[in-house]
Amino acid sequence: MTFSGVAANFGGVPLAFAFIATIGPLGMVTVFFRNHFGYDLTEHGITLFGKTGVELAYLYFQFPLMILVIAPAIDGLRREWREAALNLGASNLQFWRHVGIPVLMPSLLGAMILLFGNAFAAYATAYSLTAGSIPIVPNLISAYYTGNVLDNPHLAQALAFGMFVVLAGTMAIYIPLQRRSARWAK
Amino acid sequence: MKHRRHIAPSAVVWLLIGGLYFTIPLIATFDISLKSPQTGKCCTTANYSWVLHNGDFWHTLKISFMLAVETVIIALLLFVPTIYWVHLKIPRLRPVIAFLALIPFVVPPIVMVVGLLKVFKGTPAWFYQQPWGFLAASYVILAFPYMFFSLDAGFRSIDVHTLTEASQSLGARWTTTLWRVILPNIKAAALAGSFLTLAIVMGEFTIANLAAFHTFPIFIQYVNESQGFPAGALTLMSFAITWVAMLSLLVFGRRKGGGPGGIAGMRR
Repeated sequence: MTFSGVAANFGGVPLAFAFIATIGPLGMVTVFFRNHFGYDLTEHGITLFGKTGVELAYLYFQFPLMILVIAPAIDGLRREWREAALNLGASNLQFWRHVGIPVLMPSLLGAMILLFGNAFAAYATAYSLTAGSIPIVPNLISAYYTGNVLDNPHLAQALAFGMFVVLAGTMAIYIPLQRRSARWAK
Repeated sequence: MKHRRHIAPSAVVWLLIGGLYFTIPLIATFDISLKSPQTGKCCTTANYSWVLHNGDFWHTLKISFMLAVETVIIALLLFVPTIYWVHLKIPRLRPVIAFLALIPFVVPPIVMVVGLLKVFKGTPAWFYQQPWGFLAASYVILAFPYMFFSLDAGFRSIDVHTLTEASQSLGARWTTTLWRVILPNIKAAALAGSFLTLAIVMGEFTIANLAAFHTFPIFIQYVNESQGFPAGALTLMSFAITWVAMLSLLVFGRRKGGGPGGIAGMRR
């Protein structure tokens, strides 16, 4: 948990470099694969500077965040429920199907929404990794604001408002779910 | 009742994969930071001394650090009395403020900076063109949810009414009560909020980049783009700063419930 708390805060520009050092063109893993297995990662579509690379880097802070968000809910699953279910003749699978997953469902959905918002709004990592070339909304906003060629602050404002609407929507779903999942955590 | 603690082999495999995924990028960064910029061979500390002898490194680090301190001070001055007052006099307003505190959480920096650049347009140059004005104001907004949730947890764990009454019946003024009675009792919460704010401001890239200020993360990005090997050393150093801030937060947060402050740190 402690590690997750710290790792969830790694991100942005330094994280981007750590991934360049790992699976960039001269990264440790890339070179390792090339020298030892003769397998060129870049030729097989695993490039860092496109969608795959950004996804890989985002996972680095999304995993710990997921652990932080979902761990209290899993702690809330009581041993007695499982014993009760087993006593009533349920199999392991049936326990999860009828008790575990339904109890966890609001927390799971809530965590998914939180992680969606987190990745949707992330900017620094993607910008630093791809030098602003990957076409995600935050990069576009930044390009319209600071770009030399594309200079259109009004379009940036419109895009920003669009992002706000999406994120406000996710929050509108998240808050009731949070309330529901708090019901079991007594 | 005793229950067997057995760990499934698949769990070990997953933990191992997870562990590798989280450590390999750090090892790779360390590996690069030790390579010589001229020959690309191991092992030299040249990159570290390049960073430490770089004037821009100290300059931007100082700007970011001073900004963090300024943000923490302004945020504490604003939020401690406010939250104290809300807890003491108008507890009805607490949910309203808690809702307001969620807004900087929902509105990401990339959206916020667009709005701020427009709203602050036309303010005097000493504010608009100085990091101490524009950036500090933005960062106080960013810090609001973290400060609020840690301080709120702190205030909830003490008996504000009894403490205030006791202090006033002994003849203390409001300022004395706040400074000598309330503040020592919420010290842990205030420290937790401050460290979180420090970590956020030291790593904030989005707003600084779009508003064209040269802070520490902007310097890291510049080195990333121009100097491959020293960037490794610099990246590790900046991770170390995050580590120290987060670990101090955990150490101080342990004492009083922690609260949700630690969760979901900065936006990337």
